[in-house]
Amino acid sequence: MGKRTLIDRLAILADAAKYDASCASSGSAKRNSLSTNGIGSTEGMGICHAYAPDGRCISLLKILMTNFCIYDCKYCINRVSSNVERARFSVDEIVKLTLDFYKRNYIEGLFLSSGIIRSSNYTMEQMVEVARKLRVEHNFGGYIHLKSIPEADPALIEQAGLHADRLSINIELPREASLKSYAPEKSGAVIRSAMANVRYGIESRQPDRKERGKARPPRFIPGGQSTQMIVGADQSSDKDIMTTSASLYSGYKLRRVYYSAFSPIQDSSGDLPLIKPPLMREHRLYQADWLMRFYGFEKDEIFEARQDGMLDLDLDPKLAWALGRRERFPVNVNRATREELLRVPGFGTKSVNRILAARRHTALRLDHIARIVRSLKTCRDFIETVDWHPSRALDLVTLRDRFVPQPQQLQLL
Amino acid sequence: MHQISLSSETDFDGWRDAARRLAGQGVPPSDIHWSGSAAGGDDLFAAVGAPEPAAPAHPTPREVKVPKAFIDMAKRVICHRDPARFAWLYQLLWDLQRNRAALTDPLNDAARWVKGADKQIRRDVHKMHAFVRFRKVGERDGREVFMSWFEPDNRIVGLTAPFFMRRFTGMDWTILTPDACASWDGKKLTFAAGADRSRMPAEDAIEDQWRTYYASIFNPARLKVDAMLSEMPAKYWKNLPEAELIPDLIRKSSQRTGALLSAPSTDANIRTSRMSNFFAEEEEIEINSLEDARRAASKCARCPIHECASQTIFGEGPADARLMIIGEQPGDHEDIAGKPFVGPAGQLFDKAMTEANVERRKAYITNAVKHFKFTPRGKRRMHQKPNAGEIDTCRFWLDLERKFVAPDIIVTMGATALRGVFGKAIALKDVRGALTELDNGTRLIATIHPSYLLRLPDRQRAAEEYDKFVDDLARARSLLWSDAA
Repeated sequence: MGKRTLIDRLAILADAAKYDASCASSGSAKRNSLSTNGIGSTEGMGICHAYAPDGRCISLLKILMTNFCIYDCKYCINRVSSNVERARFSVDEIVKLTLDFYKRNYIEGLFLSSGIIRSSNYTMEQMVEVARKLRVEHNFGGYIHLKSIPEADPALIEQAGLHADRLSINIELPREASLKSYAPEKSGAVIRSAMANVRYGIESRQPDRKERGKARPPRFIPGGQSTQMIVGADQSSDKDIMTTSASLYSGYKLRRVYYSAFSPIQDSSGDLPLIKPPLMREHRLYQADWLMRFYGFEKDEIFEARQDGMLDLDLDPKLAWALGRRERFPVNVNRATREELLRVPGFGTKSVNRILAARRHTALRLDHIARIVRSLKTCRDFIETVDWHPSRALDLVTLRDRFVPQPQQLQLL
Repeated sequence: MHQISLSSETDFDGWRDAARRLAGQGVPPSDIHWSGSAAGGDDLFAAVGAPEPAAPAHPTPREVKVPKAFIDMAKRVICHRDPARFAWLYQLLWDLQRNRAALTDPLNDAARWVKGADKQIRRDVHKMHAFVRFRKVGERDGREVFMSWFEPDNRIVGLTAPFFMRRFTGMDWTILTPDACASWDGKKLTFAAGADRSRMPAEDAIEDQWRTYYASIFNPARLKVDAMLSEMPAKYWKNLPEAELIPDLIRKSSQRTGALLSAPSTDANIRTSRMSNFFAEEEEIEINSLEDARRAASKCARCPIHECASQTIFGEGPADARLMIIGEQPGDHEDIAGKPFVGPAGQLFDKAMTEANVERRKAYITNAVKHFKFTPRGKRRMHQKPNAGEIDTCRFWLDLERKFVAPDIIVTMGATALRGVFGKAIALKDVRGALTELDNGTRLIATIHPSYLLRLPDRQRAAEEYDKFVDDLARARSLLWSDAA
């Protein structure tokens, strides 16, 4: 077998990387190339340079350095026991590929991940070297996301943090028991302490309030850290997943937790279900995640009426919660607090801001609300305006039926 | 009728000068006819039969003022392709002279039109930032030269060029569009008249790599064509090298997914068995020293708290310290930093130690419970008291620390620490201040935990309690000194 061409290896190492959902390139430090005369900028807003037919944006060159791996994580296409083709990029090849793509405006930057070869430290060193070369030798100002290896020496994470915009460590499965059976070489404790190190690295560089105005310390992971969990590979419930999310968000100040519906892989392990990816479940988890981060919900509230710990697939989690908590409605849009408004189904954070601004000028009527929210259908039964009250709708046992998708009548063949 | 011919379709300065003059004179919007090209030649109605302009309403021009947001918006909206944009902008300017809040008035037609146009422009600009594709032309004076052909909906080359300059400073580039072209040579941004795509190089070898990447990063099991189309409408496809792959990727996706779902699982790769030795089970650590205990404790799973905490926070300080100070359990900051007493309570503790003239680095500082117990609440982790069972389980480690450090004096801070030493519930108020001698001769002083001071709402009370706390620490110090003497 001759040496594979760069294109052959790119096909293998991009295919192996596509199960990582994150493609964010926003929220990092602002910088451009005018002073360095190099290439690259980040200006706050991320840019999606292309979209694949799966509807996902392509913002970063998302590749693995190598898909050789000494770990045997059952859900992973690159596990040691899998028979997929293996390939490897050199540090310089990745640097060149990134620059070539960037200069043609295909990408915002690089998301580099890797299977673990030789040792965690060796692998991490190679990844840090890619970031260093891009930044130091090529004055590259684009976005760099490194998937760090939790078992690697904290000193390497420190170095990675000086060059990368974002670091991520994937927790993959929410429960320790699942990790034990599906990813025997991984340990939740090691992952958490690595995340703690990253948070410590970021916070210890933030200048004290007193010292603000003095010279800033060098940027350290300005885009923060993120993680990912696989949905549907093990038996974990949605509640298990959100419990882990809540604990990770509060503990490690993650910018994002990504949920990735388990997708069938080539040469799949016999221990895992062969299923189509549970996309709706993934969607509901993102909605629940948003409720916790932007709507003031606690995880236990979201699941209070869900005995099996699974989110309702037919209704969004806020609507499902509101139907179980009808005594809190209708909410008077002219008097309610922001916190109360945020709990109204069909009201997003932007709608709530607009309502708060608009009601300073006028007493709101239902047609005002209609102009502010996307649709009255969801919120109407939960609000009260000057000229509208849902009257008995909230007492109807059948209220739920108004919102669930109508069953489709089967046709005779 | 006033005929205003601007020098170009995107001549903002010209529009502003004319609009300022006309609005100052009080010329109503209906009395002005705007056109964007200098000649005005393609406007059939421009010259014929237009009535003479009426005399200005204000012979002495008035000052025209607008919010800054209007100017920023107008600079963008002037690039819109709709010929009515000049008139709408003037209408809004006119309304703003009469109603300062016209811009935010949802019932103002001009504001609604201008804002709508602005939104289209901003989306157009964003998509141009995203979908311009450069091809390499060659090199000139050691700099790489690139070229791109793009067809934006509106005349936005002037709006987007600075972005490309800031991003692609280190290379020479030209962006061709039907309306205008922008070029950067490393020093200066220049603009030229519109062009056609014939100047574009036919290909760039890197495009094959890009197409390979595009096809490989696509996950056929997640096909969502509508989601793709809403963000990357087909009108952009003709200038995107990767777009030619889309129909084929869509067509084959269900077949590819089906093949994955029906594929039989295969035997493990031969490397697997070789690797299994690599991860041999770790041996149990035999504990013969404080260091051994620290290593063993780092893997402690004796109680459920470890499942959420980041790490074991073992004691810190010299192994032969004469003074051991025991707190309750690590908090959020300690859990992250991996060291005891570094959070708010730790800072207060440090302050009290300094005032009591006790050197922290000479004392051995630890906690009765070694993992952080908490419940997440929003963005924070709320500290939860460890229960009796957890304290008692964790005594295993505290006992080892006491055994190896063998201090002369122990200071316990808080009730949890007391239980950690005695193994049973003891009310702090019963022993506070008393000097207790333990079985092995170690003397113990029980005091409050510094976090208690942080929780006291009454300031005066907190100050008194703080003084008592410092006294307790000072007492421990004087015991050490009198022993030494």
